[in-house]
Amino acid sequence: MAGNGSGSAKGTVTGEKRWGAGVIPYATMGYYEPDYVPADSDVLAAFRITPQKGVDPIEAGAAVAGESSTATWTVVWTDRLTAYEKYQAKCYKVEDVPGNPEQKIAYIAYNMDLFEEGSIPNMTSSIIGNVFGFKALKALRLEDLRVPTHYLKTFPGPPHGIIMEREYLNKYGRPLLGATVKPKLGLSARNYGRVVYEALRGGLDFTKDDENINSQPFMRWRDRYLFSQEGVKRAEEQTGEVKGHYMNVTAATMEEMYKRAEFAKEIGSIIIMIDLTIGYTAMTSMSNWARDNGCILHLHRAGYATWARQKTHGVNFRVTAKWARMSGVDHIHSGTVVGKLEGDPAIIKGYYDTLRDDFVPENRANGIYFDQNWASMPGVMPVASGGIHAGQSHQLLHYLGEDVVLQFGGGTIGHPMGIAAGAECNRVATEAMIKARNEGKDFMKEGPEILKKVAKSYPSLQTALDVWGEISFNYESTDTPDVVATPTSAG
Amino acid sequence: MGIRIRQGTFSHLPELTDDEIKAQIQYGLDNGWSISIEFTDDPHPRNAYWDMWGLPMFDVTDASGCFAEVAAARKAYPNHYIKVNAYNRTYTKQTTALSFIVNRPADEPGFRLDRTELNDRRIAYTMHSYAADKPHGDRYETNGS
Repeated sequence: MAGNGSGSAKGTVTGEKRWGAGVIPYATMGYYEPDYVPADSDVLAAFRITPQKGVDPIEAGAAVAGESSTATWTVVWTDRLTAYEKYQAKCYKVEDVPGNPEQKIAYIAYNMDLFEEGSIPNMTSSIIGNVFGFKALKALRLEDLRVPTHYLKTFPGPPHGIIMEREYLNKYGRPLLGATVKPKLGLSARNYGRVVYEALRGGLDFTKDDENINSQPFMRWRDRYLFSQEGVKRAEEQTGEVKGHYMNVTAATMEEMYKRAEFAKEIGSIIIMIDLTIGYTAMTSMSNWARDNGCILHLHRAGYATWARQKTHGVNFRVTAKWARMSGVDHIHSGTVVGKLEGDPAIIKGYYDTLRDDFVPENRANGIYFDQNWASMPGVMPVASGGIHAGQSHQLLHYLGEDVVLQFGGGTIGHPMGIAAGAECNRVATEAMIKARNEGKDFMKEGPEILKKVAKSYPSLQTALDVWGEISFNYESTDTPDVVATPTSAG
Repeated sequence: MGIRIRQGTFSHLPELTDDEIKAQIQYGLDNGWSISIEFTDDPHPRNAYWDMWGLPMFDVTDASGCFAEVAAARKAYPNHYIKVNAYNRTYTKQTTALSFIVNRPADEPGFRLDRTELNDRRIAYTMHSYAADKPHGDRYETNGS
């Protein structure tokens, strides 16, 4: 990289100094502009940078701006054939990270002309395409993005969104409930459909294929869809309410995914599912399909932790969540706070706000670096899945709110009285907590008592409380990120 | 021997008492939502349009006033399904926020699942509401009534 720590050039140069052949610091080429005032129409990015020893952080920030926009390693005269000032991304602020002198937060503004309309792949290729391998940086993490409404409006967003989904399901005022069929590998299609039926008739709204259930030798997709749909319809008959099974259409090619999705629709499924591993282009194509065919689209974030989990390197999940809302999904897994995949409550709140709200204000305590106006784009229903159970109902409501799908997999299927009883206890506990909250009770404090009381009428709930125990952890005391300190991350 | 229809926010809990219904209405009012009442004799899950018991009570701000309408609806339709809705007109919401059943027929006959066997092992499913076999007005009659 150019200007390796050399004198932290802090101003753009002109004339021969700028255009002479050779290598000059990015910061002098116009990629560091501390006086630049970002336009409302700019895309803004917050990067956590960890420069190599001796590398000036300002030059590092400028290098990220340069390499994620117009620059290459040396001066090129062909820049002068363009209105290059417009196309150069600008690092306009480099901020200290308290308690961590190695790291800085670099803010970069991009003119929205740099990005193709409606294309997440194009946006990701620009912003995270090249820069993460930069030798001069030890590590680089994209913390947050501000997407201007001008550009946001080129994306259609969720095929249905939270409000349309609820109106279609005729389910209001409480979290939706689901379960992933277990064991996730090995069941025959007929046995698999049994789990679907029992869980749905017992009181869940949804059951779900797991991310790695596609079409394996022990159970081919078509057989699974047929038996699962029989389970869905039988449960609807028993309960008189709308139910669904997320039919995972993830496959090796778009042609195959379309084929499976068409079949799911044809047999009456109201919802299909894709894995994040299919990529942003495929997600967007399936989003269009789901919108055209009236199927709710569930996204399992398979693989996200490979780039989201490390504090210093990768892409924070809040950015992935933003891209998912823009490219258009109706559901996305986003963390549980209390389950087996623990995440910091404040950080997860930031994810949930990003998915659900119409305006998300900057809030460092929740890891939000920019105001984000969603310009009426429908919200995405977050999904909380992984090690949650009925005994945590008060905590789940407290941390996650009611616009969420709570997925009790083991907490349903592992119930000693059977799957339907497991489903019932989760539904009863959830409804009881909503009822108590609406009655003005301090449900977070009284939660265990509320559950104990309602369990007297429901042996299924009493059994669940006996088996999995009352929850006595005080999550309020968990470390929360201080306003500017490095947030913990694990969504 | 019928079923218990599981529609509405609290359909897996015991029936709400009148005071509990008032508390839920109060919660809606406290949020600035408007309360409305709907009733039907066809609880098919795809029956989106239950009959309206008057207009949404946009201007009623006390729970007992709303509950008086629940009581009146129950008196007029003791053997129908009746639900209370709370509607949130907030910008970017503009949808129902809470909806729960406050009255049911003494016997709920439920549904029959009709299967039409197509080729290639596909099945076309239709949910048939037993109550809808009888004309409006004759549904849910109990013995001797």
